[in-house]
Amino acid sequence: MSNESYGLIATFDTSPAIYKAAKKVNEAGYTKFDIYTPFPVHGIEYAMGEKRSFLGGFSLIGGISGFAIGMAIVAFMNFDYPLIIGGKPIFGPIFPFPIFYELTILCAAFGTFFGMFIMNNLPRHNHPVFEYKDFGKSSDDKFMIVIETSDPEFDEGKTKTFLEEIGGTEVTLIDAPEKD
Amino acid sequence: MAHQATSADIPAEAQALIEEAKPVSIPRRAMVENNRSYHWVSEKICGIVEQKTPMWWWLATGISGFVALYTLFGLVYLVSTGVGVWGLANPVNWGWAIVNFVFWIGIGHAGTLISAILCLLKQRWRTAVNRTAEAMTIFAVVCAGIFPLFHVGRVWFAWWLFPLPNANWIWPNFRSPLEWDVFAVSTYFTVSLLFWYMGMVPDLGLLRDRAKETWRKYFYGVLAMGWRNSVKHWKNYEMAYLVLAGLSTPLVLSVHTIVSFDFAASILPGWHTTIFPPYFVAGAIFSGFGMVLTLMIPLRSIFKLQDIITQYHIDCMCKITLATGSMVGYAYAMEFFIAWYGANSYEAFAFVNRAFGQYWWAYWIMIACNVISPQLFWFNGIRNNTTLVWVISLFVNVGMWFERFVITVTSLANDFLPSSWGYYSPTLVDIYTYIGTFGLFTFLFLLFLRFLPMIAIAEIKALSLPQADPHNEDHPQNANPQPAEDK
Repeated sequence: MSNESYGLIATFDTSPAIYKAAKKVNEAGYTKFDIYTPFPVHGIEYAMGEKRSFLGGFSLIGGISGFAIGMAIVAFMNFDYPLIIGGKPIFGPIFPFPIFYELTILCAAFGTFFGMFIMNNLPRHNHPVFEYKDFGKSSDDKFMIVIETSDPEFDEGKTKTFLEEIGGTEVTLIDAPEKD
Repeated sequence: MAHQATSADIPAEAQALIEEAKPVSIPRRAMVENNRSYHWVSEKICGIVEQKTPMWWWLATGISGFVALYTLFGLVYLVSTGVGVWGLANPVNWGWAIVNFVFWIGIGHAGTLISAILCLLKQRWRTAVNRTAEAMTIFAVVCAGIFPLFHVGRVWFAWWLFPLPNANWIWPNFRSPLEWDVFAVSTYFTVSLLFWYMGMVPDLGLLRDRAKETWRKYFYGVLAMGWRNSVKHWKNYEMAYLVLAGLSTPLVLSVHTIVSFDFAASILPGWHTTIFPPYFVAGAIFSGFGMVLTLMIPLRSIFKLQDIITQYHIDCMCKITLATGSMVGYAYAMEFFIAWYGANSYEAFAFVNRAFGQYWWAYWIMIACNVISPQLFWFNGIRNNTTLVWVISLFVNVGMWFERFVITVTSLANDFLPSSWGYYSPTLVDIYTYIGTFGLFTFLFLLFLRFLPMIAIAEIKALSLPQADPHNEDHPQNANPQPAEDK
């Protein structure tokens, strides 16, 4: 095992092949591996043992805070400068409802949008997988598995054979980017 | 994977019976025609952005940019001279500006309907049109926003619409539908923009990976945010997409509802009706699909996208136009019925006046374009005739502009006091400002076509190509075509 390497990358040609390979890598006990596909392959995250995304939490937090901000704005402003119109109450939850409604959606959308980037650790423009010369094909029509060298099950020889056994081609060791 | 029992397990006579009674195998409708590979999709759509800039693009962008200047000069003239340069005069104080605002904002609704509601309903055909339709939404809202912004008169005080502290220490009136509109439209623009950009990130990653020139590497690299197609990314991305679709659904329904409140919450006969919210939303989607068809049909021929935007896609859009057009027709009829059944003489006058008063011509243009023309989509032959579909889509656009004109102007021009009645006509400034927004819209749209992927590449691969299905590889339709097999 070499410490300067990031991991082993294997390429697959079809969506069913990568789906089966994901299952096998997961069953073989690897934990630090990732799969790169040009589009979201249906159900593959569960095949590789990932849990359901927590992203909805960000949306919920955003939505609740949007609603609260909307209420706070309207309540504060109407008490600060009351507009007495038609003998209606200075503040009520009904008449400004569209304001809360829109702010709930706005903040929930912000939560979702930024949540997606936060959960994915993006933006991040440097990543060891980009060192692999054919990595660009993973956004076109190839499917790739990377098993990291830091995985406790990792053994350069065995992992390489394993990746070839499950149908991977062009199994290559990715060098870790040089550090200054 | 569940395999069917093989023929070896079945007795011979049973096998014969199965052969005899075998149902006809009906192939699934191909979303992308001619059995295309993943690589073909990437090449086709990225090719639009990566090719040498075509001559027509320079011409079209130049012309539309020039036309957009009409709006700029119209607005400069308006601000420097005063609102009198528009044709507004008592009692018609909402003229073309409000008509154009509702027109443009309505157009945007089809984009959000396609990206949000059709996503939740798992309509796979949406993947071919959603990116373009979302871009259309954003640019239409930009055009829409100009009108109310300048309609306030003193545009340099437009920020008073937002709850920001100002020197008078007065806050906005949150009871006013116009204030709700400020929140609805700005939320609509922001959420549409976030949804559009987020959906584009993986495709920007693809453009970055394919980029040869340095500027492209940086341009798409920065925009792609370092996206690397990891399943761990896709997992969160898909969830975010679903949540944003779920959030945009109530949003798109609320935006035109609130726009209709601008009218319905007043006490003017012809405006003060409860049918307005659903009627406006249906009309908005109707006009938006008209615009989607107007844009997609020429794009499909220019960029030779017939394999991706197939006849089936056009068929689906025609059917939605037909459905929403019929809803609009029903709403027109129901308004008249209630005007009679409600036994309110002012309401009854407003409607008779609409159809037979001084603006009768606008009303009947509206009926012809919105009620009669979409009914032609019942016929398969018409839906299959792309030129005819395009012409009808133009009628829909015209008709929906006239609908807003009829609603806004007829009710105002003949109000409660016959002594103040008048005939509203736009001035040249009104007309040029409006025409200029088409230039602005086209200009922005052409920039989008040139620099961004106009079709959601990853979504087409995942949802419209049968080989993307990871579970049924033994199905003959799911064979994985290789790039060499593409013609």
